[in-house]
Amino acid sequence: MDASRRPEAETVLRLSGITKRFGSLVANDAISLTLKRGEVVALLGENGAGKTTLMNILFGHYTADEGEIEAFGTPLPPGDPHAALAAGIGMVHQHFTLADQMTVLENIVLGTRPIWSLNLGKANARVRIRTLASDYGLEVDPDRMISDLSVGERQRVEILKALYREARILILDEPTAVLTPMETEALFATLKKLVAAGLSVIFISHKLGEVQSVADRVVVLRGGKLAGERVTDQATRRELAELMVGGQLPVNEVGPASPGEVLFELKNVSTRGLGGSALRNISMQLRGGEITGLAGISGNGQAALAALIAGTLEARDGDIVVHGQKASRWSPRAALANGLGRIPEDRHATGMIGDMSVAENVISEAYRSPRFSRLGFLDWKAAVRFADDIIKAYDVKCPSPEARVRLLSGGNMQKLILGRALDGDPDVILASQPTRGLDVGAVAYVHARLIEARDRGAAVLLISEDLDEIQVLSDRILVIHRGHLSEPSSRGELTVMELGELMAGHGIEEGASDAA
Amino acid sequence: MRLEPRATPSAAATILWPAAAIGATIVFSSLLVMIAGASPFTVFFLVFKGAAGSQFALVETLTRATPLIFTGLAVAVAFRARLWNIGAEAQLYLGAVMTVVLGTGAVTLPSAGLIPLIMLAAMLTGALALLGPAILKTRFGVDEVVTTLLLNFIILLFVSMLLEGILKDPMGLGWPQSKRVIAEAQLPRLIQGKRLHFGFILAIVSAIIVWVIMKKTVLGYEMRAVGHNAEAARFAGIPVNRVIAKTALLSGGLAALAGFSEVAGLKGNLTLDLSPGYGYTGIVVAMLALLNPLGVIAAAIFVAGIFVGADAMSRSANVPSYIAEVMVATSLLTMVTAIMLMRYRVRWR
Repeated sequence: MDASRRPEAETVLRLSGITKRFGSLVANDAISLTLKRGEVVALLGENGAGKTTLMNILFGHYTADEGEIEAFGTPLPPGDPHAALAAGIGMVHQHFTLADQMTVLENIVLGTRPIWSLNLGKANARVRIRTLASDYGLEVDPDRMISDLSVGERQRVEILKALYREARILILDEPTAVLTPMETEALFATLKKLVAAGLSVIFISHKLGEVQSVADRVVVLRGGKLAGERVTDQATRRELAELMVGGQLPVNEVGPASPGEVLFELKNVSTRGLGGSALRNISMQLRGGEITGLAGISGNGQAALAALIAGTLEARDGDIVVHGQKASRWSPRAALANGLGRIPEDRHATGMIGDMSVAENVISEAYRSPRFSRLGFLDWKAAVRFADDIIKAYDVKCPSPEARVRLLSGGNMQKLILGRALDGDPDVILASQPTRGLDVGAVAYVHARLIEARDRGAAVLLISEDLDEIQVLSDRILVIHRGHLSEPSSRGELTVMELGELMAGHGIEEGASDAA
Repeated sequence: MRLEPRATPSAAATILWPAAAIGATIVFSSLLVMIAGASPFTVFFLVFKGAAGSQFALVETLTRATPLIFTGLAVAVAFRARLWNIGAEAQLYLGAVMTVVLGTGAVTLPSAGLIPLIMLAAMLTGALALLGPAILKTRFGVDEVVTTLLLNFIILLFVSMLLEGILKDPMGLGWPQSKRVIAEAQLPRLIQGKRLHFGFILAIVSAIIVWVIMKKTVLGYEMRAVGHNAEAARFAGIPVNRVIAKTALLSGGLAALAGFSEVAGLKGNLTLDLSPGYGYTGIVVAMLALLNPLGVIAAAIFVAGIFVGADAMSRSANVPSYIAEVMVATSLLTMVTAIMLMRYRVRWR
């Protein structure tokens, strides 16, 4: 733990001058990094800062254009994941690499024995796995099927897999993104045991709070460059944030809400599943002048709820009530006609048509109106004018309204979507993961617009997996677990831990038994 | 090997890569010509001369290009909306069937009324032939490549049955051919005594109309949106299934016009060898044109020129006219490769 105060600890990993270019983009620019025995180093940076690229180079998935890697004093051949494994480097990816239809034990042993050996040495393996699990607080039954495990348990299996292969250096890529607050605490406890046993950990994150609670040292990347390096105890949160962002952290003031009447309502709605859980008999009310935040761990029905409200997923049961009127047939067009503004979860797949121009994209929800077409012919001049308006009003960086949307950055694409969704001041706004993958400046911008919409009286539903975001913006919080909703709580009523309990399903109808 | 998308293809790249594709085609064909024991220079000169070296050659090339413009447009329209219509051949024959059904005396009207009537009926037949596969695709997720491709064989056999049965010309000495269309149903020749007919003008006009539809209208916008990203189109409220159905109607109708124009403008009657695969060659034409409706005109004339020129060449040089098929096929493959290289950069690790 206290490697920083024990300068005699041996250096187990040394990256020197790593540079990686993708075309004209320099993803890593001469980055150097050392890791000592028994140390947790956090790699902090925004999306696109180059954290994952750097770790992929270390692990041999990419080959660096320049620079060298040394593990335990021996140079590591570039571009060879097997060499990285053999040198004792283990990586836990953001997206797990487990075979669903095999047991925990089989997944862990997979690849460690020749495939033609009849006896996988299961008995020995089971004993070793149990020992590792109890030593490091990674309890999981070796004989359970991966498909039966929760996300947190799967992550434990990934860590066990690395430990089973005698990893001495463990790399965790955004490990808390999929965890509840309690699971995060448990993970941190595990990491402490691991470093106490002499392992070293690189912890990739963009969340300041967790970096401060788990890391001995913080290495900050910004725009592919090394922005700074600090001993955690000697750095303030603000200092780290400014290193990460490269300037002042923008802050939004969220004033008190003045809730009005119910503008949008779901009554006992059920759907089929969509990228996770289905919705099971849920009801919710959205009031004007209020932001309702929907928290939950990824895959618990958020996608289905967003698609249902947006009109792309049909309800099997139940009613959608807009402005007090029951909607007879719900579709994207009906949603638009009823004054909904919609920000979809995936801006590339659902939000924008990458190979069409900015102008063509911004009119996609309104092209049938007399504003943009007459007698079946489009008015391109009006479309370009509208695009210009959005570009100006939302400060979109793009070469021209004729530019293909594919060329824009994620933040600029999201601003276009905002402009399109908020055009005509909709009074119900669905914002599904509106800031995922955006840099801090763009996040603040999106938040400001949502608050602005609330303050002019719109009902906003914010669906997010980022609990911080939910807590900052929401006047009322709902938690979703396996397709069921919790009772609403008002701002500040529940602590992070209490919300975490709900996210794990404790206290949500039928959820508690599922999660046991 | 990895492909990395390029931000924007540079102006030079959009000219150089297609030019390189044509160069590669010529080099590859030259090798085959040399294997056949002839001089590539002579052969290419003869192909060019046979395609465009005289008024006769030019007229032949444009005549041959006419049905290819129609089928090329049919494919370009459908592919733009990601409706993979491989059935232009069948739709062409159905258009031809409707032309002889109405044009051989069943309806008598002056030309000004009869020809538009037949055109509309032919288009409708072809349109409905593609609507079926389109509905199967949108409702049940049946792959339209399979259905349209297999329909080609079914419809060709059906046409064969008609030509042996109710459409058979009693004066045809037993050949499986239809009666000739009456004078009022015939398209006028553009040049006295030459084979080039009014169908060529119709084809050019169709290309311009399709270009306007794709570029300026709501329907064209919807078709492009659905083709580029159907999920985003659906999210924005574009009625994806209806757009695919409309695309099918337009595409099938255009392909049927090829059959109409061949019968009413050139052949005069329907036989089973009306089309030497114009429906399939339409795919090559559309791809070479990068699905641009105006580009289809140029691509169709280019492909027709190679076929016509190669025929003429094989009569004087001792090289089989099959070289034309090889050249067209090679030009498609090199062009597709060139387009890929225009859009992506290849990285070797």
